[in-house]
Amino acid sequence: MNKRIIKKGGVGQLLIPLVALAILLIFNLIRDPGFYSIGVAVNNSGNKVLTGNIISIIDSASELAIIAMGMTLVTAACGGQDISVGAVGTIAGSIFVKTLKAFPDINFGTLILAILACCLVTILFKSFNGALVAVFKIQPMIATLILFSCGRSIAYWIVGSATPQIDSPIINSMGMTIPGIPIPTPIFGVVLVGLILTLIFRLTTLRLYTESVGVNQGAARLNGINPVGIKMLSFVILGICVAVAGIIGTCRMGQVSHKTLLIDIEMDAILAVAIGGNNLGGGRFKISGSILGAYIIQMLTTTLLAMRVDPVNIKAYKAIVIIIIVMAGSPVVKQKLTALWHRIRSGGLKPASAKGVN
Amino acid sequence: MSMKKASVSKRRREPLTDSQLLMTITIGIFAVMYAAAMIFMGGGFLRTQQFFDLLNDNAALIIISCSLTIVMIGGGINISVGGVIGLTVMACALFLNNSGIQNGPLGILLTLLLALGIGLAFGVLQGFLISYLEIQPFIVTLAGMFLSRGLTTMLSVNPVKVTHEGFLALVKNRLAIPWLGYTAKNGNLIPAKLEIGAVVALLIVVLVYFMLRNAKLGRHIYALGGNQQSALMLGINVKRTRFISYVISGLLSGLAGFVFLMHKPAGNASVAMRSEMDAIAASIIGGTLLTGGVGNVIGTFFGTMILATIQKIIALSPLNESWWQEMANGAMLGLFILLQSVVLSSRKKKARTTS
Repeated sequence: MNKRIIKKGGVGQLLIPLVALAILLIFNLIRDPGFYSIGVAVNNSGNKVLTGNIISIIDSASELAIIAMGMTLVTAACGGQDISVGAVGTIAGSIFVKTLKAFPDINFGTLILAILACCLVTILFKSFNGALVAVFKIQPMIATLILFSCGRSIAYWIVGSATPQIDSPIINSMGMTIPGIPIPTPIFGVVLVGLILTLIFRLTTLRLYTESVGVNQGAARLNGINPVGIKMLSFVILGICVAVAGIIGTCRMGQVSHKTLLIDIEMDAILAVAIGGNNLGGGRFKISGSILGAYIIQMLTTTLLAMRVDPVNIKAYKAIVIIIIVMAGSPVVKQKLTALWHRIRSGGLKPASAKGVN
Repeated sequence: MSMKKASVSKRRREPLTDSQLLMTITIGIFAVMYAAAMIFMGGGFLRTQQFFDLLNDNAALIIISCSLTIVMIGGGINISVGGVIGLTVMACALFLNNSGIQNGPLGILLTLLLALGIGLAFGVLQGFLISYLEIQPFIVTLAGMFLSRGLTTMLSVNPVKVTHEGFLALVKNRLAIPWLGYTAKNGNLIPAKLEIGAVVALLIVVLVYFMLRNAKLGRHIYALGGNQQSALMLGINVKRTRFISYVISGLLSGLAGFVFLMHKPAGNASVAMRSEMDAIAASIIGGTLLTGGVGNVIGTFFGTMILATIQKIIALSPLNESWWQEMANGAMLGLFILLQSVVLSSRKKKARTTS
């Protein structure tokens, strides 16, 4: 039984999200082939940038993709989800703006300092969550409910005003495009975080350890793995992801608004993890699935917007598509469908054999 | 797991089960908090009406907290309750204004049926997906939340005020209790007043309490949340029990929507926004564990009252800003979660050393 699961693990998990993405792509192709056109335009600051729906999908899903990567790890190790990512991302944005405002002008030195400060603060907040989960053995969702309900208020308290603005060519190039490079910068953020995580999982045993803690914590402990450490580490990595996402979101807007920055991203990130075929109860995971899930969610939103659906109503359509995707991934549905398929095949054979007898 | 099983088997011998202990702590903290408010804030808190106002303002929250407690005891979660309230309020407001049935009890009855129908539909749909197709409850009810919020804005983006006279007359009804009232400065006795919604909420608390305590279904829900495998082996129809728990949750959300409309007769796209998280917090504060099998609806009621009291204290204090409110809620929640964890783990240790 176990061997079969391990054998099946590879592509099988990605099948549903890949099919979902393919269906969305084909649907858009039939609906409007112009959906995929990519053009070059000159933006406000005089840079040449690529424009088009595909570019905008990949660009605006950046924050979601980055957070979904970290969320996958936490889900795998702790068997629960972090619902405070949006709030902590806002705190990261506030720290970023606060640090930059402490200096007279924004240059690379202060930028790096601000990024480091952000990472440090989010790691601290996430360690608090991690400690509640790993040491006090509180369900992740409950442990993060605390920061979910007060994180945005903390962000407001840090900056002291509703929407402090930052304006600088460096910030613009981080949120939009770097002069001379036509690809939006946030995409590089996703690639960078993805590469680092891939390297970590290729070069170390972290993947195996995380999965074993997620599958059976007691067994992992008896095998010499420290579950507390692994869980804390997953939260720390999520913290860094959240910091990066918060900085990207802040740079994109040129301001930090504690009410709208990364709003509802926690729900979308959990969805991305689930759509990517990962078990929300922990254990085996595939980060590529979650990234795919993030792009599917953004693709869906952009498609609906292109179909002139009122932005406030998008949620309803999204819900229906999500249900269809998770239903397709449900083992019970798969089982029933296979049984039905066999019955149809055997049912189809019977009359044929009966005819043969006659 | 073993701890939960132990708590069931030791019911006769031990004075308090885990959920009763957590509930006692919650009630104690509520009493201390309310007493402190009476002493330091004085004024309104000394009157019964203040306590009744907490009930009046939070009747819908009390009902959805009860519904969440049921689902959480069964080891699940339902985050669509706030969305269902929003949808119900909007649909009922539009129905009352546009149905053409004016001023009769029939219109109100139909509205109530509509509210319950919406809740039932969500409950059945989600329950089916969760228990029979075995999809993760978080994702299903998240989709339910998206769906209900999306449908609400589809019905109307603008706020809808109820103009149905019969309903507005019903809303004005109050249950007056003279002996709990106070004497005003001019010598008139002002009775303490309870809204119909608050009475309904209290009734629901009592009903759910006895359902969970005495009814077969309630015991099945506890068994299911405690250990699904054991429940299955005991011959409990696990799938049906889980399905019914979500149906009840949906129905209660619909009812909560109607109660909300009776408190504030207007539909709005942002009605009960994020109230699902408040309801989860109230359940947790009341001693319900998200892992299932442990919980008590009386604790949930006091959990809701604790959140409501914090809100009232901050609204009356000079710190009246929404971000103070959120910070206080977060701090309170953190305190309770840590307290629960410490209490439960120390009890576990004690049980281990004595046995």
